[in-house]
Amino acid sequence: MFPFSFEWVWDMDHMVFHGGLWYALSIIGLGVTYCIIKAALDTLKGNGAQHL
Amino acid sequence: MDSALIPQGVKRCPTWQFLLWLGIVGVVLLWGVYAMVLCWIKGLNQTNMNDAYGFALWIWADLAVIALGGGAFFTGFLRYLVGKDELKNIINYAVLIGFICYSSALLLLAIDVGQPLRSWHIFWHANIHSMLTEVAFCLSCYFMVLTIEYVPLILENRQLDKIPFFHHLGHNMHEIMAIFAATGAFLSFFHQGSLGGVAGVLFGRPFAYREGFLVWPWTFFLFTWSAAACGPCFTLLVTKITETITKKKLVKPNVVDLLGKISGWMLGTYIVAKIIDTWYWALVTVPSKGFTLTDFYSNNALYGIWILVMEILICGVAPAIILIIGPLRRNSALFMTAIILAVIGVCINRWVMVLQVMAMPVLTFENWVLYYPSWQEVATTVLPVVYGIILIMISYRYLPVFPQEQELNPVEK
Amino acid sequence: MKEDPNHIKARKFGMIIDLDKCTGCGACMVACMSENNVPFKEDESNKLDSITWMRVYKVTNGKPYPDMEICYIPRPCMHCEGSHGHSPCVSVCPATATDYDQATGIVSQIYTRCFGCRYCMAACPYHARYFNWWDPVWPTGMEQYLSPNVSPRMRGVVEKCTFCFHRYQLAKDRAFYEGRKTIEEGDYQTACTQACPAGAITFGDLNNPHHKVNQLVEPDPKHNGRPKNPNAFRLLERLGTNPKVYYLTSREWVKRAGDNYLKNED
Repeated sequence: MFPFSFEWVWDMDHMVFHGGLWYALSIIGLGVTYCIIKAALDTLKGNGAQHL
Repeated sequence: MDSALIPQGVKRCPTWQFLLWLGIVGVVLLWGVYAMVLCWIKGLNQTNMNDAYGFALWIWADLAVIALGGGAFFTGFLRYLVGKDELKNIINYAVLIGFICYSSALLLLAIDVGQPLRSWHIFWHANIHSMLTEVAFCLSCYFMVLTIEYVPLILENRQLDKIPFFHHLGHNMHEIMAIFAATGAFLSFFHQGSLGGVAGVLFGRPFAYREGFLVWPWTFFLFTWSAAACGPCFTLLVTKITETITKKKLVKPNVVDLLGKISGWMLGTYIVAKIIDTWYWALVTVPSKGFTLTDFYSNNALYGIWILVMEILICGVAPAIILIIGPLRRNSALFMTAIILAVIGVCINRWVMVLQVMAMPVLTFENWVLYYPSWQEVATTVLPVVYGIILIMISYRYLPVFPQEQELNPVEK
Repeated sequence: MKEDPNHIKARKFGMIIDLDKCTGCGACMVACMSENNVPFKEDESNKLDSITWMRVYKVTNGKPYPDMEICYIPRPCMHCEGSHGHSPCVSVCPATATDYDQATGIVSQIYTRCFGCRYCMAACPYHARYFNWWDPVWPTGMEQYLSPNVSPRMRGVVEKCTFCFHRYQLAKDRAFYEGRKTIEEGDYQTACTQACPAGAITFGDLNNPHHKVNQLVEPDPKHNGRPKNPNAFRLLERLGTNPKVYYLTSREWVKRAGDNYLKNED
C-alpha cells in the first residue's frame, strides 16, 4: 500500500493501481474535509448573525 | 414517547409496536451474533467448509449482497451524473440499502477469513495483481462513499437538524454529492467487476475461467453490468415490501416506472452479453481444456442444466422483456414478478460462480463434492439480513427517507 | 548463505514420479507429515478437512475384473510456474503470502502473513492446498518429535508442500561451511523422495542437464517445460498451469487419466 512496504515496485502496474486508489481516497478525504470546514465556518457565521 | 424524533408531517406506528418488532428481530440478530462469536473464538471448524470448499455460503452471500447493493451506485450515477432528477425520490432508500449491503459484505468477510486480526495484510501487503485485493480496496473505499451519502440523511433527523453545525454539514455534503457519487460509480465499477474477476481469472478451474480484455476476464464486465441491472431491481423490491408493510405509497409510480425501465434495458443488454459469453465459453473455452458443457451439468445431485436455464432464460430474458415493454411493465403483478426474478437471477449467477466452481472436479480421478452449510454459517448469513431490517426500521421511523411520503400520505390534523 | 544470483543460473526444482514403480504404500505421505510437522486430527477419516501435503490417489482403469488395473498417483504441490511465474495460486493471493521464487521455482507459503482467505485453494485445481481448520495439537510427548527446522502452522492459515524448502536452506548452509559454491544433486532431496521404498520419486533441478530429473523427462523450455519423453506427462497439462511435477508411465490409460480429453481426442 505504501512505497516502503517491500512488495512495492515502481512499475506501471503499481502506479496505475495505487494511482487510482490514492486518487479516490484523496477525493473522498478532501471532499469530507471541505464539507466539515465549510460547515464550521457557516456555523460560526450563522451564530454571529443570530447574535446581531 | 419518541415523537420528537419522528419527521414532521408523517405518521408512524406506536412506540410499543415498533419496540416489539425490534425485539422480535433482535432475537434473530442475537442468534447470528452468537454464531459469529463462535466462528471468531473457535475458528472456521464451526462451518461445514472444507478443503474442497474454501469458498462457500459466505462468499456467495458476499457477492450476492454486493450485486444487490449495486442499486446505490447505479441510481446515484443516474441521478447525479446522468441527471435523472426524478430518482431523487428513491435515492435515499437506494443509498440506505447499499449501505446495509456493503456493511454486511464487510462483516461477512471479517468472519470468513481464518485470521481476522490479520485482515489488514490485504491492504498492507497488497498483491495488486490479485482480484481480491482490488475488491478489498474498492469495497472499503466505496463503503466510505456510502457512509458519506448516508450521513446527510441521518443529519436530516428533526433533532439533529436543529444543531447548526450538523445542519450546515448535511447541506454542504448535499452540495457536492455529485463528486462523491462519481467517485462511488468509479469504485463500484472496479469492485463489482473485480468480484467477477475473482472467478474469471481462475485458469485452473475451467468452469469459472473466461478469456477477456487486457487483464480483465469477461466476467469482470458481466458482474458490473448485472449489478447495475439487478441492483435497482432489489431497491425497487425492498421499496415495494416496505410499502406493503407500512401500508403506504412511498414513491410515485413514475419514479418506479423509470427505474424499472432503465433496469430492464440494462438487464436486456446484460443478458445478451451473458448469452454470447456462455456460448463462446461452451464452444471454445471449455473444449480447449478438454471438457464439454455437459460435464459441468451432469453426474451430480444438484447442478443440472436447469440451473443455466433458470439463470439465463427464466431469471434473465423473461424479466428483461417484462421491464422493457411498457404495458407489461405497468402491470403491477408482472412488474413484481420481473423484479423478483431479476433478483433471483443475479443471486443464482453469483451462486454458480462460487459454489459450482468449487463442486466441479477438475482432476479426472476426483468426484463432485457437494456441501451444505452448518447452522453457524446460516445464522451468520441471516445476521446481515436482520441487521438490515433493523437499520431500515430505525431509518424509516426517524429519518425522511422518502421525500414523497408526506405528499402521498397526507396526515389529517 | 546468500548466493550471488549473477553467477548462478536459475534453478527449477522439480519431481518425477514413476507411476509404474509406485506401490501406493504411503511411505511418502508419512515421511512428509513427519518431516513438515503436519498437524493431524484424532479422527482422520474425513479426507476433506485433513491435511496431506502429499496425497496418494488410487485410480483404476474402470474396467471390471479381470481387466481391472490400479494405479496410485502421489500428488504433492505441483509448484506450478504458469506463464512466467504466474501460477494459479500465487497470482490470486491478495496479501502476497504465497510467492513464486524465480531462483528455485518453488512456490512458497508465508504462514505468518496468510490471513486465511482461501482464494489460493479455490484457484488450485490439484487440491494441493490445505486450510488449518483446527489448532494444531499433538498428543502429549509427541511435540518432542517435531522438526525444529519447520515452523508449525497456526489455525486459520493455508499450508501446502514446500518441496522441503528447509532442506534446501540446510544444504546451502552446509555447502557454505564446506567452502563449496553450489550444492550438488544429492545435497537437497525431499523427504518423500528419500522415503519411497520403490525408488519411484526422483527430485532435482529440471534446468540442470546433469540432474536425473532433466534426463528422465527432457523438459522442453520452448513449450513451457512440456516433457519430450513420450512416457512422461503432467497433471492437467492443458490448463496451462505448467507444473514441475512429472509422472512416468508406460500405460496409456494412466497417462490419459492425467488430463481431461474430449471423446474424439487422442
